[in-house]
Amino acid sequence: MEIVEERLRGLLLQGLDADAAAYQRFLKELSAHLRAFLRRRLAQRPDEVEDLVQETLLAVHNQRHTYRPEMPVTAWAHAIARYKLIDWLRSHAVKEGRNDPLDDADELFASSDSEAAEARRDLGQLLRTLPDKQRLPIEYVKLEGLSVVETARLTGLSESAVKVGVHRGLKALAAKIRGMA
Amino acid sequence: MKTDELIHLLATDDRPVETTAIEQRFAVAIAAGILGAGVLMLAMFGLRPDLLTTMALPMFWGKLVFAAALAAAGLALLRRMARPGMPVGNAALWLAVPPLVLWAMALMALSQVSAAERMPLILGSTWRTCPFNIAALSVPAFATGFWALKGAAPTRLAWAGAGAGLLAGALGALVYALHCPEMAAPFLAVWYLAGMAIPTVLGAVLGPRLLRW
Repeated sequence: MEIVEERLRGLLLQGLDADAAAYQRFLKELSAHLRAFLRRRLAQRPDEVEDLVQETLLAVHNQRHTYRPEMPVTAWAHAIARYKLIDWLRSHAVKEGRNDPLDDADELFASSDSEAAEARRDLGQLLRTLPDKQRLPIEYVKLEGLSVVETARLTGLSESAVKVGVHRGLKALAAKIRGMA
Repeated sequence: MKTDELIHLLATDDRPVETTAIEQRFAVAIAAGILGAGVLMLAMFGLRPDLLTTMALPMFWGKLVFAAALAAAGLALLRRMARPGMPVGNAALWLAVPPLVLWAMALMALSQVSAAERMPLILGSTWRTCPFNIAALSVPAFATGFWALKGAAPTRLAWAGAGAGLLAGALGALVYALHCPEMAAPFLAVWYLAGMAIPTVLGAVLGPRLLRW
């Protein structure tokens, strides 16, 4: 567990310092832990797992300014996953699994699962409801896997406008998911 | 969208992150809340006319220190509650200190007077309005405090809402003390706390509704 903590912490701190590659590895590893955790917790609803993995990743990203270097990353990420899971269970009026305590941060990092299933909710569809300034940068970066520089050239936006568009779009996306619940 | 695509997308949003963003937001919220309460206080009640002479009395400063200490303890608690997975630690205990000191002072004051004088000491001359005036002055800080929390990720929404309400109540009381004519500890021990309890309870009720993320 301490090895996981140290590696994730290193990657996240680099990520917060604008190292995109390290941040991507952090998210990738975290998503595998989230998937295994949620598959176990939502054993009755396997179809919902990938949606919640994505929603939790989006929350981790949008709330990454709440991380403090003196906190264990595992405790921080677990608290976010726990909150998202409880929020989901509540809004879907699901009783199952509510009785098991969710307080053990180690549970999240004890296992991992990199086999992603199809997400049921299509974030791409939600994306189309965003204004162009946010939608276009996100679509180019996501669909084509383009870099910010390339996206800027293709859309005629400045590089900082692309980044602002992605940033605001991700916040708006999270708000839309929240509105659906 | 596949999860890997989402991860790639999230990693593009790689602007450096301020790890003190929450503190900065609370600083703005508190400054705006105090300013708003000050304007409301001047418009609705006015400064107490003998403000300059009362400033020589220790109890005037006692009121301010009490409200400021409670606000500081509330803020310390809130900035922990605003972060997922951060233990609250002793921050909740500090919150109990200002009321306990005030209650001890009130009991001491009550024990030094005859039974007949006790009720007047508790009720003062403004007990009917004091709690509601404090609650009214807490409105600006209540709004700005919730705004600050919206920029964070509290995981216990009712508690976080109550914390924001208490902070707003303490700031409301801090400003109200510049108008309030009451100087007896027994009065403050009951009615100031009652005034702060109003936004605290309201915050606990509104937290789960307004603070979801």
